[in-house]
Amino acid sequence: MSEGATHAGFDLRHRAEGLAAGLPPLLAAAEHLAAALQQGLHGRRRAGQGTEFWQYRTAQPGDEARRIDWRRSARSDAQFLREQEWQAAQSVQFWADGAASMAYRSSERWEDKGHRARVLALALAVLLEHGGERIGLADGLAPPRAGRAQLMRMAEALSLPGEGADYGAPRAAALLPGARAVFLSDFLGGFDPVRDAVLAAADKGVKGALVQVLDPAEEEFPFAGRALFESMGAMLRHETKEAAGLRARYLARLAARRDQLAELGRATGWSVTLHRTNSPAQGALLWLYQVVGQDQGLWR
Amino acid sequence: MMAFFAALGWTTPWLLWALLPLPLIWLLLRVVPPAPVLRRFPGVVLLLGLADEDASSARTPPWLLLLRVLALMLAVVGFAGPVLNPKAASDGRGPLLILADAGWADAADWDKRRIHLQAALAEARQAGRPVAWRALTGDLASPVVFTAGDDLAGLLAAAQPAAWEPSDDGMAAFAGKLPEGDFDTLWFSDGVARAGRAPLADALQGHGTLVVQESPARAFALGPPEVVDGKVRLTVLRAGPGPARGLEVLAYGLDPAGIEQELARQGVSFEAGDRAQDVRLDLPPELRNRLTRFELAGVASAGAVVLADDALKRRKVALVDGGSVREGLDLLSPAHYLRQALKPTTDLIEGTLADLLAASPDVVILADVARLQQDDADRLADWVDQGGLLVRFAGPRLAASLAPDGPLDPLLPVPLRPGDRAVGGAMSWGAPQGLAAFPEGSPFAGLVVPGDVTVGAQVLAQPSPELADHVIATLADGTPLVTRKKIGSGQIVLFHVSANAEWTNLPLSGLFVQMLDRLAISSRAGKAEAAALAGTVWQADRVMDGFGRLTKADGLAGVAGEDLGKGLVGPLMPPGLYRSDDRHMALNVMTADRVLAPAVWPAGVRVEGPAEAVERPLKGGVLAFALSLLIADILATLLLSGRIGGVRRVGALLLLLALTGFGQPQAARAQTADEVERMVAAADGMALAYVVTGSQEVDDISKAGMFGLSTVLTLRTTVEPGEPFAVDLDRDDLAVFAFLYWPITADQPTPSLDAYRKLNRFLQSGGMILIDTRDADLAAGGVVTPEGQRLQELAAGLDIPALDPLPGDHVLTRSFYLLEDFPGRFAGAPVWAEAAPATAEKAEGMPFRNLNDGVTPVVIGGNDWAAAWALDDQGRPLFRVGRGQTGERQREMAYRFGINLIMHVLTGNYKSDQVHVPALLERLGQ
Repeated sequence: MSEGATHAGFDLRHRAEGLAAGLPPLLAAAEHLAAALQQGLHGRRRAGQGTEFWQYRTAQPGDEARRIDWRRSARSDAQFLREQEWQAAQSVQFWADGAASMAYRSSERWEDKGHRARVLALALAVLLEHGGERIGLADGLAPPRAGRAQLMRMAEALSLPGEGADYGAPRAAALLPGARAVFLSDFLGGFDPVRDAVLAAADKGVKGALVQVLDPAEEEFPFAGRALFESMGAMLRHETKEAAGLRARYLARLAARRDQLAELGRATGWSVTLHRTNSPAQGALLWLYQVVGQDQGLWR
Repeated sequence: MMAFFAALGWTTPWLLWALLPLPLIWLLLRVVPPAPVLRRFPGVVLLLGLADEDASSARTPPWLLLLRVLALMLAVVGFAGPVLNPKAASDGRGPLLILADAGWADAADWDKRRIHLQAALAEARQAGRPVAWRALTGDLASPVVFTAGDDLAGLLAAAQPAAWEPSDDGMAAFAGKLPEGDFDTLWFSDGVARAGRAPLADALQGHGTLVVQESPARAFALGPPEVVDGKVRLTVLRAGPGPARGLEVLAYGLDPAGIEQELARQGVSFEAGDRAQDVRLDLPPELRNRLTRFELAGVASAGAVVLADDALKRRKVALVDGGSVREGLDLLSPAHYLRQALKPTTDLIEGTLADLLAASPDVVILADVARLQQDDADRLADWVDQGGLLVRFAGPRLAASLAPDGPLDPLLPVPLRPGDRAVGGAMSWGAPQGLAAFPEGSPFAGLVVPGDVTVGAQVLAQPSPELADHVIATLADGTPLVTRKKIGSGQIVLFHVSANAEWTNLPLSGLFVQMLDRLAISSRAGKAEAAALAGTVWQADRVMDGFGRLTKADGLAGVAGEDLGKGLVGPLMPPGLYRSDDRHMALNVMTADRVLAPAVWPAGVRVEGPAEAVERPLKGGVLAFALSLLIADILATLLLSGRIGGVRRVGALLLLLALTGFGQPQAARAQTADEVERMVAAADGMALAYVVTGSQEVDDISKAGMFGLSTVLTLRTTVEPGEPFAVDLDRDDLAVFAFLYWPITADQPTPSLDAYRKLNRFLQSGGMILIDTRDADLAAGGVVTPEGQRLQELAAGLDIPALDPLPGDHVLTRSFYLLEDFPGRFAGAPVWAEAAPATAEKAEGMPFRNLNDGVTPVVIGGNDWAAAWALDDQGRPLFRVGRGQTGERQREMAYRFGINLIMHVLTGNYKSDQVHVPALLERLGQ
């Protein structure tokens, strides 16, 4: 990996951790979000394999003598066992679209879509890593692992230059069965690759979330007058004499695309959301964090 | 509209042919649509296959087309050089004499007049004509010389209207001195009729054409005031019939603090065609006595200002009679003649002396009063000492009371011999004596002595070496008739005769009234006095310029009373306030009988109307408009092609353009709302304020300095000032501040009169100004720094008490910290504050005097305190003070001075009063 990419990787990770660092209140709120089934930091709320202390319980017949906690038992007449909380780590894999279309931004005031997508993915990864989950990329560049070193690997992989295509398709070949997946893209390109990828993932028992990251200009189509539209890779062109006249029909097509995504989500049990680059990333991150947690509940 | 086009001319008319191809351009523009804009847009994939709904939108919209054609048209028109009111080139060739009346009637619109004068000069120079220029109110004696006119531009720019008008004699003399040869004349007239005009015009026409430029006679003037039925009557005059117009007459006078203020105002409305209107001001006598001048509001002309003098004042005269003789015998009462003489012109009060003195009269007349009670006499003596005028008349009672070796009466100007002297009676040798002519230097000098006034009896002065100094009138044989003695700021005058006709027939004569007049007991205005003024010399006190502004008269020669009485103003006798002895007389531009009429010119004189419509090239304006249309076209094109997003942003841009170009008034109006908010903020907490000097650098330092001092105050004391406040003296109300820092720069503008009024009110109400010349008082040896000089000019209008270098025991040295000196960025220069009263005594057991009741209104120094106090946003000092540790110590001392200063402003002499604490405690203990 080139030095520049490493540096970019550092930078991206730094930014993502900054974003995640703002979340402790989110974590606190998440405690209220109940569900005894939350994983990671919150534990399983039942005894099992794990390192965190859960409770002392009086020894029952059949318990191994070596499990008795003598220190506790010495303070009373009965024998006590020390039980750990049951924890299970989960794999979450990400795909952030790196195609040319993601490099678009309509204003200097906000980031381009690709950057936002990568930051979101990594921020969620940071959060999950804190919870002890295994995190990785869906395309196999960084197979799921736990630990902070994995964050570094992910950040480097995410910072690799894009594929150069106009529009991206999910690269989900390396999804592990039963893992969680998060796809972040503008989903403006062909819909079939997306559907295929999600259906294939669902077949493997993978559940997840689709985040459509759009620029406000793509949402509103604020153009007028004579214009020649060109895709970011200059592959596609469309000329119009009055751009304002196209607005309604463009918006209808965009809505149709969103409906397709929602339909796909309903069919596979994946969650779908829209994120605009001019809105704060925290909102999308919270949503993702909840959705992934909820998925865990469903999985159990 | 047609009139507008008729008034339009062109510098290069043939350029207008370029308008012809415009329709062609219209067609061309119509078919060429705006070029498409290339946009990178990922959403293009969703656009593929969408067809345009309306193909016609590719055409240029008609309004844009119209805009462009209009812009082109304007550009063509602009380059063709349109000129509004083009002047026909003048046809004259030979030398040109430019004359202007330049009197008070020109003053009101002098700026406009000067522009016309300069235009005439420029035109003549352009045509290569020799020019000469004369103001008819100016120096007419020097010969007229025609020159190329190079130096005239400066002269014209500096020319000022005089406070008088061209005199008939002067114009006649000038007519005789005109240079030989042919020349044309351009005469800028003020439109007021004068007898001298016609002869001069005739003489000028003898040399060439005479063109008169005259605006319709619109000059307003204010006639002298007179008192009618207790009201002040003024006449407002207009030189010619004009349209209806409303004016206001303002009366100014001194307020009790001695500051000139508006005392009354009265509207007057001229109907169309009216030439004169009377105004009556009904003022209580107290106010009327304080009047100093009247003005026509908004007319800046000497003719529109009338000065008030003693004529308007009614003195309060207390008349004390020696005791009634017998009831009903008025003609024998000494008071009767005085009463008759004084009643028309004064406010007479009568009663017992004790009551009268309580009414604080200007003059007390004792008519044959011999003995006063001791306490009355003492009070009367005090009253005279403080400026009262005591006039005593002799009489039988006074004569009888004079004892040979009695104590000297302090209320008599000269010691008197006992008894009276009768001349020309049955038992005497001599005949009744007449009066000698009044000696030079006597207030009566110049009065004509009627031959039939004789004196039959009188009291005699004790001969003594000083006697001659006190005599101001004598009998024919040299015996003193009237003696006078100054006591303190007042004086005592003794008539050695009775005030009734018993001893002399003087009270029966007109001379009696004139003499009272001269003593400033009574006063009257008018021509009748011209004779009575004979022999007096009057010195100008303050004189008026052409605009009616009063200035101190220095170095003007005295004026003979006779001339003054004629009321003819001129260069030697400018209008203004004249004084002689204790009397004041105003010389006004307008005399009571002056009538203003529109000027009439002899036949053959070309009189041009008001050249209001000055030639005005429109090229710049039209081109600018064309350019703005082109900019609008660019904006519109960008908008149409979607290069700039959204109508809102374009709207904002246009708004911005409009605001920068034309938005000054709106901005100004928006300020007033801001203003109120600022003031509320300033009044909310104590804000340290500084005067805006106009120099950005100095203002920034002041602001940082006030910020620094505020910060230090907040840290160390309970005073927590708010944000420093920049004070614009002309605009801001000072009432909300307690402290004002005023750095002086050499080129600071002088505050307006209104600002001075505000400043003085600020000072009187306990505010303090710290004036900082920032020059470390470097000037030595009688030289003044530019800042110091400017300070003197600026402070002239301020009501500042006597100053002293800050004494070591001033409360400023201990109001918070104990200080010995008051450094800023510089140290050692003296700091000045209000002088301690001479009576200050050393406090018992303390090393300082009982001083400084109240806050010193100003502290003046040159130590550049603000720079020493200045902190930046981070709280770091902005300027270096001194060197190293010593410097930091000096900065600390500067802060301590600032804290002491603010403490002094806020707590006054509190620390001085601490001296009394032991005494107070002791008293509490008892």
